[in-house]
Amino acid sequence: MELNIILAGVGGQGILTIAQVLDQAAGQLGLHFKQAEVHGMAQRGGAVQSHLRIASGPVSSDLVPRGRADLILSVEPLEALRYLHYLSPAGAVVSSDNPHVNIPDYPAEPTLFARFEQLARLVLVDARALARRAGSARAENVVMIGAAAPDLGLPVELLESLVVAMFARKGEKVVEANRNALRFGLAAGLTFRAARQAGLPLAPARRLTNLLDPEGLQAETRAHWVTLLAGPRGALVADLLATRQAPLAGQAAAALPAQLDAAPEAELAGLLAG
Amino acid sequence: MTVEVLLGDEAVALGAIHAGISGAFSYPGTPATEIFEYVERQARAGLEVYARWSPNEKVAYEEALGMSWTGKRAIVSMKHVGLNVAADAFVNSALTGVGGGLVVVVADDPGMHSSQNEQDTRALAAFAQVPCLEPRDQQEAYAMMAEGLDLSERLDVPVVVRIVTRLAHSRAPVQVRETPRAPNPLRPAGAMSKWTLLPAIARQRYHRLVELTPELQRWSATRSGNELTLRGRRLGVLAAGLASNYLTENLTPDHDLSILHVGSYPPPVEKIRALTTHVDRLLVLEEGYPHLEDHLLGLLGPRPGLEVLGRRSGHVPRTGELTPDLVRAALAEEPWPALHEALTDLPGRPPMLCQGCPHIDLYQTLNLAMADYPGSQVFSDIGCYTLGALPPLLAIHSCVCMGASIGMALGAAEAGASPVVAVIGDSTFAHAGIPALLSAAKADVPLTLIIVDNDYVAMTGGQQTMLTGERLDRLVLGLGVPEAHFRVITPLKKNQEDNLRVLREEIAHPGLSVVVSRRVCIQKKAPAA
Repeated sequence: MELNIILAGVGGQGILTIAQVLDQAAGQLGLHFKQAEVHGMAQRGGAVQSHLRIASGPVSSDLVPRGRADLILSVEPLEALRYLHYLSPAGAVVSSDNPHVNIPDYPAEPTLFARFEQLARLVLVDARALARRAGSARAENVVMIGAAAPDLGLPVELLESLVVAMFARKGEKVVEANRNALRFGLAAGLTFRAARQAGLPLAPARRLTNLLDPEGLQAETRAHWVTLLAGPRGALVADLLATRQAPLAGQAAAALPAQLDAAPEAELAGLLAG
Repeated sequence: MTVEVLLGDEAVALGAIHAGISGAFSYPGTPATEIFEYVERQARAGLEVYARWSPNEKVAYEEALGMSWTGKRAIVSMKHVGLNVAADAFVNSALTGVGGGLVVVVADDPGMHSSQNEQDTRALAAFAQVPCLEPRDQQEAYAMMAEGLDLSERLDVPVVVRIVTRLAHSRAPVQVRETPRAPNPLRPAGAMSKWTLLPAIARQRYHRLVELTPELQRWSATRSGNELTLRGRRLGVLAAGLASNYLTENLTPDHDLSILHVGSYPPPVEKIRALTTHVDRLLVLEEGYPHLEDHLLGLLGPRPGLEVLGRRSGHVPRTGELTPDLVRAALAEEPWPALHEALTDLPGRPPMLCQGCPHIDLYQTLNLAMADYPGSQVFSDIGCYTLGALPPLLAIHSCVCMGASIGMALGAAEAGASPVVAVIGDSTFAHAGIPALLSAAKADVPLTLIIVDNDYVAMTGGQQTMLTGERLDRLVLGLGVPEAHFRVITPLKKNQEDNLRVLREEIAHPGLSVVVSRRVCIQKKAPAA
């Protein structure tokens, strides 16, 4: 096997922590790896990247060749776009959808996200909200490990145990927040993938991903929502979701798709208010 | 065998520790910093090895040479331009020779990720006429430290180990030895004449160094690490260091290339001869200068019957870092198919000063003061504060080498420029600014030096500074700076009015003045116990 990953983000977002977790995972599985990273000047709020290559045989180049990346894993959307030319024809992009605006010419959001629309294998999650929901605003990077897990082909249990070990000395609260971050990232990523596989455009896929509460999210609940949004009432429901702030959580979230499917159109807004 | 996951820098450090060093010396500089830091961490954890930062690379080199004189093994590590600072000690130590093994590890920065040039240390090793090893991966970086230290002791010369950014900052599993070699016993060389380079002795020692060349060539020619594989005659590839990895990346198992990997200098000439007589065309792949390529071409260019492709011929870009893609193009292979073109219209995201950084407050105030003198230049130096050259601050206008701000400002003042202002950090001042300020104090020309004392070496990841606070102040005054024109300010928004007045007064003063702008770096961590 060979897995080539470009890790991207802005200095201070914890790219190297992601790299460390994935390095350790590769090491525990007895795989070969090389991981090139950026130190020094670029770490001061600038664009930061790391090339990680995992393989069953010896790795030659420390750098991922262009066209050979299986995955771009980014904690920031503009930074994900910066390395698109590294992606193989079958490659995936997994990115946070939270712009980190520290430059004056940062693109407007519609321009920025239009760039993602054509990508067949894409996951966008709200890492900032998920990290806060998990209990630590600093855990955006760990959210992204979870979101990317299905594309990494590394066992989730192994990733979780490595995340737990990494934060063990910072106390149970930090460990728990990061464990949650990993799980929430995974759940949100699965929602986005399911939505895109059902053919939903970027906007409703992001909306559903960001509204469906990842805590205890059941696969059937996710599937029902995706089916609803991909069905005849999908566009209407998606529009109504655009104005909703409160997360779709728990039993209510599980029951809503069937209700929205059955109810008269005039009652949909009422059902989705919140 | 034990396996450890190590950065290239850390593999160098652990290789040196396992080869029995008694000391490691350095000044911080990307991409070499982590070499010393690894040894320092081990020393803190109880390993018996001396590891303390030096104020500059020359002092670091001299400390390593002095430790070598006692019979003990030592390494000194630095970034490529650091070897310029240490060059006097380095070149002359080739004449003195060593006691215990002495290896200087130099991290080059092709592509200038964090540097002001991309000079190639292989050229400096050749200049000093000492052997040089160039690892291609973390495992070799580890192993070459023992090889270099052994060689240094055997041939009585310092040995260079040259790495590059991509190896320095790339992590991989490394097999390490279970039992480290014991350090050498203390056995000072005494007052033996080889250490005293008076002309009569220096001539003998230089003769010895020159006579050593055939021995160095024999060593390089017979090393097992320089592998020659002769296959087809269509194309030969001479690949040095990391370039070999980029080559391998582009090869299929049934390729027909004839290949020589070079990991030591002087280059293995007989193997190069064997390769070049086997093929009609030779591609040279190397990080940095066209070093081997120029040796092959000589003054007169390619010899008949052998076409040489590389940085000179345009098959590889003349400047910048190699990549697997550039090597693929040099091999005339089609690029790998990619999903997407590179997006060329994305805004860049350059590094910037942290929010709350004291340099921002200082520069905003300095810009106000300098607005009185349109068109004036502010000379500056190397550190985080160099970022003040970028928008939105645009506060400084030079960055050449460590300490240059003061010397250049002095020269400009001596030419009659006015006003002349220089900005230097506390660590850069300690590194190379002190003699220049001594000179300025003697000259007493109109010059205002601002020392930004943030009590930290921040740009390289956060090391303790050597000269800060009251000791810095006493030193500055001791150099002869007049007390009436020595001022200390605290760069904070609330102090801006007062600070602006101080800067205005001192810039207007028709002689030497020094303003210390003192506030601790917001990134500063408490020193480890």
